[in-house]
Amino acid sequence: MRHRQAIALLALVGFFVALYLWFYKIGLAGELKCGTGGCETVQTSPWAQLLGVPVAFYGVVGYAVLLAVALVGLQPSRLGRRGPTLVLAGLATAGFALTLWLTYLELFVIHAICRWCVGSALVMTGIWGVAVHALKREWGVGSGP
Amino acid sequence: MSRFYLALGGLAVAGAVVLFLLIRQPAGAARAARDAPVAVVDDDFRGYTLGSDAAPVEVTEYSDFECPFCASFAAVQMPTIKQQLIATGKARWRYRDFPLPSHQYSRFAAHAAQCAGEQGKFWEMHDQLFYNHSWAQTGKNPAGLFRDFARAAGVDPARYDACMDSGRYAARIEFSRQEGDQRLVDGTPTFFVNGERLRSTSYGSDVFKHIVDSLAARRK
Repeated sequence: MRHRQAIALLALVGFFVALYLWFYKIGLAGELKCGTGGCETVQTSPWAQLLGVPVAFYGVVGYAVLLAVALVGLQPSRLGRRGPTLVLAGLATAGFALTLWLTYLELFVIHAICRWCVGSALVMTGIWGVAVHALKREWGVGSGP
Repeated sequence: MSRFYLALGGLAVAGAVVLFLLIRQPAGAARAARDAPVAVVDDDFRGYTLGSDAAPVEVTEYSDFECPFCASFAAVQMPTIKQQLIATGKARWRYRDFPLPSHQYSRFAAHAAQCAGEQGKFWEMHDQLFYNHSWAQTGKNPAGLFRDFARAAGVDPARYDACMDSGRYAARIEFSRQEGDQRLVDGTPTFFVNGERLRSTSYGSDVFKHIVDSLAARRK
Protein backbone atom coordinates (compact mmCIF):
# COMPACT_ATOMS: atom_id res chain seq x y z
CA MET A 1 0.00 0.00 0.00
CA ARG A 2 2.78 2.39 0.97
CA HIS A 3 4.47 2.18 -2.40
CA ARG A 4 1.26 3.09 -4.23
CA GLN A 5 0.80 6.08 -1.93
CA ALA A 6 4.39 7.18 -2.56
CA ILE A 7 3.94 6.83 -6.32
CA ALA A 8 0.68 8.81 -6.21
CA LEU A 9 2.34 11.68 -4.33
CA LEU A 10 5.40 11.70 -6.60
CA ALA A 11 3.24 11.49 -9.73
CA LEU A 12 1.24 14.51 -8.56
CA VAL A 13 4.45 16.52 -8.14
CA GLY A 14 5.64 15.40 -11.58
CA PHE A 15 2.25 16.24 -13.05
CA PHE A 16 2.50 19.87 -11.94
CA VAL A 17 6.08 20.19 -13.23
CA ALA A 18 5.08 18.77 -16.63
CA LEU A 19 1.94 20.91 -16.68
CA TYR A 20 4.00 24.06 -16.14
CA LEU A 21 6.39 23.15 -18.96
CA TRP A 22 3.46 22.33 -21.24
CA PHE A 23 1.73 25.63 -20.42
CA TYR A 24 4.98 27.37 -21.30
CA LYS A 25 5.27 25.47 -24.56
CA ILE A 26 1.78 26.44 -25.71
CA GLY A 27 2.29 30.05 -24.71
CA LEU A 28 0.20 30.19 -21.53
CA ALA A 29 3.02 30.61 -19.04
CA GLY A 30 4.90 33.65 -20.37
CA GLU A 31 8.57 33.47 -19.49
CA LEU A 32 9.91 30.29 -17.96
CA LYS A 33 11.01 30.84 -14.36
CA CYS A 34 14.32 29.07 -14.41
CA GLY A 35 17.16 31.15 -13.01
CA THR A 36 19.37 30.30 -15.98
CA GLY A 37 18.84 30.28 -19.71
CA GLY A 38 19.01 26.49 -19.72
CA CYS A 39 15.26 25.91 -19.54
CA GLU A 40 14.60 28.19 -22.50
CA THR A 41 17.40 26.58 -24.48
CA VAL A 42 15.98 23.12 -23.87
CA GLN A 43 12.32 24.03 -24.27
CA THR A 44 12.80 25.95 -27.50
CA SER A 45 15.08 23.36 -29.04
CA PRO A 46 13.77 21.03 -31.76
CA TRP A 47 13.98 18.15 -29.25
CA ALA A 48 11.24 19.66 -27.10
CA GLN A 49 8.81 18.12 -29.58
CA LEU A 50 8.26 14.43 -30.18
CA LEU A 51 6.14 13.42 -33.20
CA GLY A 52 4.81 16.95 -33.40
CA VAL A 53 3.66 16.99 -29.78
CA PRO A 54 5.46 18.89 -26.99
CA VAL A 55 7.47 16.46 -24.85
CA ALA A 56 5.97 18.12 -21.78
CA PHE A 57 2.52 16.96 -22.86
CA TYR A 58 3.70 13.35 -22.76
CA GLY A 59 4.80 14.11 -19.21
CA VAL A 60 1.39 15.53 -18.29
CA VAL A 61 -0.38 12.44 -19.64
CA GLY A 62 2.19 10.02 -18.22
CA TYR A 63 2.09 11.40 -14.70
CA ALA A 64 -1.72 11.62 -14.79
CA VAL A 65 -1.94 7.95 -15.78
CA LEU A 66 0.57 6.96 -13.07
CA LEU A 67 -1.47 8.91 -10.51
CA ALA A 68 -4.72 7.32 -11.68
CA VAL A 69 -3.34 3.77 -11.61
CA ALA A 70 -1.86 4.33 -8.14
CA LEU A 71 -5.17 5.68 -6.83
CA VAL A 72 -7.12 2.81 -8.37
CA GLY A 73 -4.64 0.42 -6.77
CA LEU A 74 -5.33 2.03 -3.40
CA GLN A 75 -9.02 1.19 -3.51
CA PRO A 76 -9.83 -1.32 -0.74
CA SER A 77 -11.01 -3.91 -3.27
CA ARG A 78 -7.69 -3.77 -5.10
CA LEU A 79 -5.22 -3.41 -2.26
CA GLY A 80 -4.34 -7.08 -2.21
CA ARG A 81 -4.05 -7.38 -5.97
CA ARG A 82 -0.70 -7.40 -7.70
CA GLY A 83 -1.92 -6.16 -11.09
CA PRO A 84 -1.65 -2.44 -10.29
CA THR A 85 1.91 -2.98 -9.07
CA LEU A 86 2.82 -4.60 -12.37
CA VAL A 87 1.16 -1.82 -14.40
CA LEU A 88 2.88 0.86 -12.31
CA ALA A 89 6.26 -0.81 -12.80
CA GLY A 90 5.68 -1.03 -16.57
CA LEU A 91 4.61 2.60 -16.88
CA ALA A 92 7.42 3.79 -14.60
CA THR A 93 10.01 1.86 -16.63
CA ALA A 94 8.76 3.45 -19.86
CA GLY A 95 8.82 6.90 -18.21
CA PHE A 96 12.27 6.27 -16.79
CA ALA A 97 13.59 5.20 -20.21
CA LEU A 98 12.20 8.40 -21.77
CA THR A 99 13.76 10.40 -18.93
CA LEU A 100 17.17 8.84 -19.60
CA TRP A 101 16.87 9.68 -23.30
CA LEU A 102 15.86 13.30 -22.59
CA THR A 103 18.67 13.73 -20.06
CA TYR A 104 21.13 12.40 -22.63
CA LEU A 105 19.84 14.98 -25.13
CA GLU A 106 20.23 17.79 -22.60
CA LEU A 107 23.78 16.83 -21.67
CA PHE A 108 25.26 15.76 -24.99
CA VAL A 109 23.17 17.25 -27.81
CA ILE A 110 21.55 20.47 -26.57
CA HIS A 111 24.34 21.19 -24.07
CA ALA A 112 21.97 22.88 -21.63
CA ILE A 113 20.28 21.82 -18.44
CA CYS A 114 16.68 22.70 -17.67
CA ARG A 115 16.09 22.71 -13.91
CA TRP A 116 12.44 21.80 -14.30
CA CYS A 117 13.43 18.85 -16.47
CA VAL A 118 15.95 17.76 -13.83
CA GLY A 119 13.16 18.00 -11.25
CA SER A 120 10.92 15.84 -13.41
CA ALA A 121 13.77 13.38 -13.99
CA LEU A 122 14.33 13.04 -10.22
CA VAL A 123 10.61 12.48 -9.65
CA MET A 124 10.42 9.85 -12.39
CA THR A 125 13.55 8.13 -11.07
CA GLY A 126 11.96 8.05 -7.62
CA ILE A 127 8.73 6.57 -9.03
CA TRP A 128 10.69 3.97 -10.97
CA GLY A 129 12.75 3.02 -7.89
CA VAL A 130 9.64 2.61 -5.73
CA ALA A 131 7.74 0.72 -8.44
CA VAL A 132 10.57 -1.72 -9.13
CA HIS A 133 11.12 -2.29 -5.40
CA ALA A 134 7.41 -3.06 -4.97
CA LEU A 135 7.45 -5.38 -7.98
CA LYS A 136 10.36 -7.33 -6.49
CA ARG A 137 8.56 -7.66 -3.16
CA GLU A 138 5.18 -8.65 -4.52
CA TRP A 139 6.21 -10.79 -7.45
CA GLY A 140 9.61 -11.92 -6.35
CA VAL A 141 11.06 -10.62 -9.63
CA GLY A 142 14.83 -10.76 -9.58
CA SER A 143 14.95 -12.33 -6.10
CA GLY A 144 15.95 -15.82 -7.33
CA PRO A 145 14.46 -19.21 -6.35
CA MET B 1 -5.35 6.06 4.70
CA SER B 2 -7.20 9.32 5.37
CA ARG B 3 -3.90 10.99 6.23
CA PHE B 4 -2.65 10.00 2.82
CA TYR B 5 -5.63 11.58 1.04
CA LEU B 6 -5.22 14.69 3.19
CA ALA B 7 -1.57 14.90 2.10
CA LEU B 8 -2.52 14.29 -1.53
CA GLY B 9 -5.21 16.99 -1.41
CA GLY B 10 -2.84 19.43 0.28
CA LEU B 11 -0.21 18.73 -2.35
CA ALA B 12 -2.76 19.26 -5.14
CA VAL B 13 -3.82 22.63 -3.71
CA ALA B 14 -0.21 23.71 -3.13
CA GLY B 15 0.74 22.64 -6.66
CA ALA B 16 -2.16 24.55 -8.18
CA VAL B 17 -1.26 27.71 -6.24
CA VAL B 18 2.43 27.50 -7.20
CA LEU B 19 1.46 26.88 -10.83
CA PHE B 20 -0.84 29.90 -10.82
CA LEU B 21 1.92 32.11 -9.39
CA LEU B 22 4.39 30.83 -11.97
CA ILE B 23 2.19 31.46 -15.01
CA ARG B 24 0.80 34.80 -13.86
CA GLN B 25 1.87 37.45 -16.37
CA PRO B 26 3.45 40.64 -15.08
CA ALA B 27 1.14 43.62 -15.53
CA GLY B 28 2.09 46.14 -18.14
CA ALA B 29 4.23 43.83 -20.20
CA ALA B 30 4.63 45.08 -23.75
CA ARG B 31 1.58 43.31 -25.13
CA ALA B 32 1.55 45.32 -28.31
CA ALA B 33 5.09 44.21 -29.05
CA ARG B 34 4.35 40.53 -28.73
CA ASP B 35 0.81 40.15 -30.06
CA ALA B 36 0.23 38.97 -33.58
CA PRO B 37 -1.38 41.54 -35.90
CA VAL B 38 -4.98 40.99 -36.92
CA ALA B 39 -4.39 41.39 -40.65
CA VAL B 40 -1.67 39.41 -42.40
CA VAL B 41 -0.40 40.70 -45.71
CA ASP B 42 1.81 38.95 -48.24
CA ASP B 43 4.17 41.66 -49.45
CA ASP B 44 6.18 39.17 -51.54
CA PHE B 45 9.01 39.35 -49.05
CA ARG B 46 10.59 35.94 -48.47
CA GLY B 47 13.34 36.73 -46.00
CA TYR B 48 16.75 38.35 -46.03
CA THR B 49 19.48 36.30 -47.62
CA LEU B 50 23.22 35.96 -47.30
CA GLY B 51 25.36 34.70 -50.14
CA SER B 52 25.33 34.45 -53.89
CA ASP B 53 22.11 34.06 -55.86
CA ALA B 54 24.02 31.55 -57.98
CA ALA B 55 24.82 29.29 -55.03
CA PRO B 56 23.67 25.72 -55.77
CA VAL B 57 22.29 25.17 -52.28
CA GLU B 58 19.90 27.31 -50.30
CA VAL B 59 19.40 26.87 -46.56
CA THR B 60 16.27 28.42 -45.08
CA GLU B 61 16.35 28.96 -41.36
CA TYR B 62 13.17 29.50 -39.33
CA SER B 63 14.35 31.25 -36.22
CA ASP B 64 13.26 33.24 -33.20
CA PHE B 65 15.42 36.08 -31.87
CA GLU B 66 14.48 35.28 -28.27
CA CYS B 67 15.31 31.58 -28.59
CA PRO B 68 18.57 30.75 -26.78
CA PHE B 69 19.25 27.77 -29.01
CA CYS B 70 19.01 30.04 -32.07
CA ALA B 71 21.37 32.52 -30.39
CA SER B 72 23.86 29.79 -29.67
CA PHE B 73 23.63 28.62 -33.28
CA ALA B 74 24.13 32.16 -34.59
CA ALA B 75 27.09 32.85 -32.34
CA VAL B 76 28.87 29.49 -32.49
CA GLN B 77 28.01 27.83 -35.80
CA MET B 78 27.19 30.68 -38.19
CA PRO B 79 30.68 32.22 -38.34
CA THR B 80 32.08 28.92 -39.63
CA ILE B 81 29.13 28.45 -42.00
CA LYS B 82 29.63 31.96 -43.36
CA GLN B 83 33.31 31.33 -43.88
CA GLN B 84 33.14 27.82 -45.35
CA LEU B 85 29.86 27.81 -47.25
CA ILE B 86 28.46 31.28 -47.83
CA ALA B 87 31.62 33.23 -48.62
CA THR B 88 32.78 30.44 -50.93
CA GLY B 89 29.57 30.62 -52.97
CA LYS B 90 28.51 27.07 -52.05
CA ALA B 91 25.38 28.06 -50.17
CA ARG B 92 22.93 30.89 -49.72
CA TRP B 93 21.30 31.45 -46.34
CA ARG B 94 17.72 32.66 -45.95
CA TYR B 95 16.36 33.88 -42.63
CA ARG B 96 12.66 33.52 -41.85
CA ASP B 97 10.97 34.70 -38.68
CA PHE B 98 9.22 32.13 -36.56
CA PRO B 99 8.41 33.90 -33.28
CA LEU B 100 7.35 31.35 -30.69
CA PRO B 101 4.21 32.15 -28.68
CA SER B 102 6.01 31.53 -25.41
CA HIS B 103 8.40 34.42 -26.00
CA GLN B 104 7.42 37.88 -24.86
CA TYR B 105 9.66 39.97 -27.09
CA SER B 106 10.26 37.74 -30.13
CA ARG B 107 8.04 39.75 -32.43
CA PHE B 108 9.46 42.98 -31.11
CA ALA B 109 13.00 41.77 -31.84
CA ALA B 110 11.98 40.51 -35.28
CA HIS B 111 10.46 43.90 -35.99
CA ALA B 112 13.64 45.65 -34.87
CA ALA B 113 15.61 43.48 -37.30
CA GLN B 114 13.16 44.31 -40.11
CA CYS B 115 13.50 48.03 -39.36
CA ALA B 116 17.27 47.67 -39.55
CA GLY B 117 16.81 45.68 -42.77
CA GLU B 118 14.90 48.60 -44.22
CA GLN B 119 18.18 50.48 -43.98
CA GLY B 120 20.24 47.59 -45.37
CA LYS B 121 21.44 46.46 -41.96
CA PHE B 122 19.40 43.33 -41.29
CA TRP B 123 22.33 40.98 -40.78
CA GLU B 124 24.18 43.49 -38.62
CA MET B 125 21.10 43.79 -36.39
CA HIS B 126 20.63 40.00 -36.50
CA ASP B 127 24.13 39.62 -35.07
CA GLN B 128 23.57 42.32 -32.45
CA LEU B 129 20.39 40.62 -31.23
CA PHE B 130 21.94 37.17 -31.11
CA TYR B 131 25.44 38.02 -29.93
CA ASN B 132 24.18 40.14 -27.03
CA HIS B 133 21.50 37.71 -26.02
CA SER B 134 21.39 38.47 -22.30
CA TRP B 135 18.39 40.74 -23.04
CA ALA B 136 16.33 37.59 -23.54
CA GLN B 137 17.01 36.40 -20.00
CA THR B 138 16.02 39.47 -18.04
CA GLY B 139 12.31 39.73 -18.90
CA LYS B 140 12.68 43.51 -19.02
CA ASN B 141 11.38 45.60 -21.89
CA PRO B 142 14.34 45.66 -24.31
CA ALA B 143 13.20 48.65 -26.41
CA GLY B 144 16.06 50.90 -25.26
CA LEU B 145 18.61 48.14 -25.62
CA PHE B 146 17.43 47.35 -29.16
CA ARG B 147 17.82 50.99 -30.04
CA ASP B 148 21.44 50.76 -28.86
CA PHE B 149 21.87 47.62 -30.94
CA ALA B 150 20.44 49.39 -33.96
CA ARG B 151 22.86 52.27 -33.49
CA ALA B 152 25.76 49.79 -33.15
CA ALA B 153 24.56 48.09 -36.34
CA GLY B 154 24.91 51.38 -38.20
CA VAL B 155 21.21 52.18 -38.40
CA ASP B 156 19.91 55.76 -38.44
CA PRO B 157 18.14 56.03 -35.05
CA ALA B 158 15.45 58.49 -36.14
CA ARG B 159 14.32 56.34 -39.03
CA TYR B 160 14.56 53.26 -36.84
CA ASP B 161 12.30 54.87 -34.21
CA ALA B 162 9.76 55.87 -36.83
CA CYS B 163 9.77 52.36 -38.24
CA MET B 164 9.33 50.76 -34.81
CA ASP B 165 6.52 53.15 -33.92
CA SER B 166 4.69 52.37 -37.14
CA GLY B 167 4.80 48.61 -36.62
CA ARG B 168 4.70 48.26 -40.39
CA TYR B 169 6.47 44.90 -40.50
CA ALA B 170 4.27 43.13 -37.97
CA ALA B 171 2.11 41.62 -40.72
CA ARG B 172 5.21 40.48 -42.62
CA ILE B 173 6.54 38.72 -39.52
CA GLU B 174 3.20 37.02 -38.96
CA PHE B 175 3.14 35.95 -42.60
CA SER B 176 6.54 34.32 -42.11
CA ARG B 177 5.32 32.56 -38.97
CA GLN B 178 2.25 31.23 -40.77
CA GLU B 179 4.46 30.07 -43.62
CA GLY B 180 6.48 28.16 -41.01
CA ASP B 181 3.27 26.64 -39.68
CA GLN B 182 2.37 25.46 -43.15
CA ARG B 183 5.79 23.86 -43.46
CA LEU B 184 5.20 22.12 -40.12
CA VAL B 185 7.91 24.04 -38.29
CA ASP B 186 7.46 23.12 -34.65
CA GLY B 187 10.56 24.52 -32.98
CA THR B 188 13.46 26.84 -33.55
CA PRO B 189 15.78 26.78 -35.27
CA THR B 190 14.37 24.62 -38.05
CA PHE B 191 16.24 24.30 -41.32
CA PHE B 192 15.29 23.44 -44.88
CA VAL B 193 18.01 22.61 -47.37
CA ASN B 194 16.88 23.17 -50.96
CA GLY B 195 13.33 22.88 -49.70
CA GLU B 196 13.85 19.63 -47.78
CA ARG B 197 13.50 19.75 -44.05
CA LEU B 198 16.75 18.97 -42.28
CA ARG B 199 16.38 16.39 -39.53
CA SER B 200 19.52 15.84 -37.52
CA THR B 201 20.49 15.24 -33.92
CA SER B 202 23.07 18.00 -34.29
CA TYR B 203 23.07 21.33 -36.11
CA GLY B 204 26.79 21.93 -36.11
CA SER B 205 28.53 23.67 -38.99
CA ASP B 206 30.07 20.31 -39.97
CA VAL B 207 26.56 18.92 -40.63
CA PHE B 208 25.79 21.76 -43.02
CA LYS B 209 29.18 21.46 -44.69
CA HIS B 210 28.64 17.76 -45.28
CA ILE B 211 25.15 18.27 -46.72
CA VAL B 212 26.09 21.24 -48.90
CA ASP B 213 29.20 19.48 -50.22
CA SER B 214 27.28 16.33 -51.06
CA LEU B 215 24.48 18.27 -52.79
CA ALA B 216 26.99 20.34 -54.75
CA ALA B 217 28.87 17.17 -55.79
CA ARG B 218 25.61 15.59 -56.96
CA ARG B 219 24.95 18.54 -59.26
CA LYS B 220 28.34 18.29 -60.95
